[in-house]
Amino acid sequence: MDALALEAAGGKKVANGAAVAAPLPPPAPVKRKPAKKAKKAVVFFEVEILDAKTKDKLCFLDKVEPNATIGEIKSMFHKSHPQWYPARQSIRLDPKGKSLKDEDVLQHLPVGTTATFYFRDLGAQISWVTVFLTEYTGPLVIYLMFYFRVPFIYAPKYDFTTSKHWVVHLACMCHSFHYVKRLLETLFVHRFSHGTMPLRNIFKNCTYYWGFAAWMAYYINHPLYTPPIYGEQQIRLALIIFLFCQIGNFSIHIALRNLRPPGSKTRKIPYPTKNPFTWIFLLVSCPNYTYELGSWLGFTVMTQCLPVAFFTLVGFIQMTVWAKGKHRSYLKEFRDYPPLRSPILPFIL
Amino acid sequence: MCLKAKAELRKSDPSRFRATLPGVLSRLFPDSVNLTAAVVHDQRPLRVAVMSAAAPGTSKAAHSDVAPKKKKGPGALATAYLVIYNVVMTAGWLVIAVGLVRAYLARGSYHGLYYSIEKPLKFFQTGAILEILHCAVGIVPSSVVLTGFQVMSRVFLTWAVTHSVREVQSEDSVLLFVTAWTVTEIIRYSFYTFSLLNHLPYLIKWARYTFFIVLYPMGVTGELLTIYAALPYVQKTGLYSVTLPNKYNFSFDYYTFLILIMISYIPLFPQLYFHMIRQRKKVLGHVEDYSKVE
Repeated sequence: MDALALEAAGGKKVANGAAVAAPLPPPAPVKRKPAKKAKKAVVFFEVEILDAKTKDKLCFLDKVEPNATIGEIKSMFHKSHPQWYPARQSIRLDPKGKSLKDEDVLQHLPVGTTATFYFRDLGAQISWVTVFLTEYTGPLVIYLMFYFRVPFIYAPKYDFTTSKHWVVHLACMCHSFHYVKRLLETLFVHRFSHGTMPLRNIFKNCTYYWGFAAWMAYYINHPLYTPPIYGEQQIRLALIIFLFCQIGNFSIHIALRNLRPPGSKTRKIPYPTKNPFTWIFLLVSCPNYTYELGSWLGFTVMTQCLPVAFFTLVGFIQMTVWAKGKHRSYLKEFRDYPPLRSPILPFIL
Repeated sequence: MCLKAKAELRKSDPSRFRATLPGVLSRLFPDSVNLTAAVVHDQRPLRVAVMSAAAPGTSKAAHSDVAPKKKKGPGALATAYLVIYNVVMTAGWLVIAVGLVRAYLARGSYHGLYYSIEKPLKFFQTGAILEILHCAVGIVPSSVVLTGFQVMSRVFLTWAVTHSVREVQSEDSVLLFVTAWTVTEIIRYSFYTFSLLNHLPYLIKWARYTFFIVLYPMGVTGELLTIYAALPYVQKTGLYSVTLPNKYNFSFDYYTFLILIMISYIPLFPQLYFHMIRQRKKVLGHVEDYSKVE
């Protein structure tokens, strides 16, 4: 731009506006004057990192670029304290305040040229992808173990036998399909906001998923299993509901993925797309949870199994908590958020 | 996670600490300073809610006492109601205590005293369910979940074990936990009553934080022995159990369930017991310091 301005000032008459939009002239011999460079001298920051609870000085970084991000500072801190990898660092301006984001730039923060940050150890971290893969592979494998009636589960005379009820085979296919879908979505569809979560979550989550999977699978694949009372009608209806909600859930995941460019963490309001399964966005903030509930209701009706009903209920409670939280953050972040939407159940919840 | 780590966690990450058992308990127990100050020095009427739930000396979770001064207490009406509630409960458990003593004197032996106090025991122990409501409504700043857990475990033992399995009612272990509960509850409810009225005698506070040392293990022993005694009868009769096949494809084995309950005492009891010991140091320890200074 400087080049253009200087050119214009230099009197080169440009044809009536036309050539103004022309590509920039070849690197004109316009050098930044040395005086300008001095004014734009880079002021390095000094960064001091204190422990948030003990206020001990943990690290002192000098000659930090003003446009350094918190993420870069975390890497520098990690060099001096190798046990605290960046993912487990919480850097904040105030010991009791909120964590700063990795993308925050040093010079845009309310700090002087010597910045003081407080550090808190978030504990051992594990990546979301790892947790998801582990917690979803468990139910897949465990259910199949019950389905094939491996020894020590049921009485020995039933080892490696198969159920005589076709709904049991159908249930196995549906359950397995559901978890394979989840695994593939984790690998190829979801775009995670956070890279990691605390390590203890993996034990909590796996206990939940694996425990319930074993409990449900035990009864559905039991030699004394009783098929649904209303027989084929009930099973067919349940299967339709299940498949409908599976497709719906997948559509929502794709729609949410498309809101966010790869590698970014942007947040936008989701809207209905051409896919009819996404039209539910008109009424619900988190339709992925709505469809998930629908899938499990379908599975409950299909298997007519009380433990499955319990699992559906517990899952519904948890997803409602999440949906309400998400709905609240949407409302806080976006002024123009559509008022008709409910968190998880249209008009109800 | 060891206790020291939890203490550090408490300072460093309050939200995670809250999720641990001591975290939950210490959120409910006030700082000893607040308690002492509020009860001893505070001239204003103590308009704070009272913790209601079984005190030390019983199984499962213990609850906190006076709320920190920052919290708004219940209104005058709620305070009046709570005073009445706690007085009634104190009286009820006194009735049970007197009933036990009279029955002992009449019979001349410790055996079979349960039958003489069966009805008031059921009535007043079940009445403690109101305490869950108090937390839910907010006139008592305790955790609903923790209070619920505590009360329901008592109710479970009263109804689902002692009442349901007739054969254990003549066991001595029943007397063991009934006595522990009775003494504990009399002290606890009178503690709350006096706290609400802002006239807490040191003796009651001392009793509340000292008797548990004996009463808690005593109660736990009685409960465990009773459940253990009930096991053969439950297995024989299939009490509260559901077997396959059935149209809900569900089964429940009460016998296994009781065994799991017994096992759950192993991690829970030490945590709660040592938490109470620490609370005792905080609450009673300070007063000893003051007297030393003089």
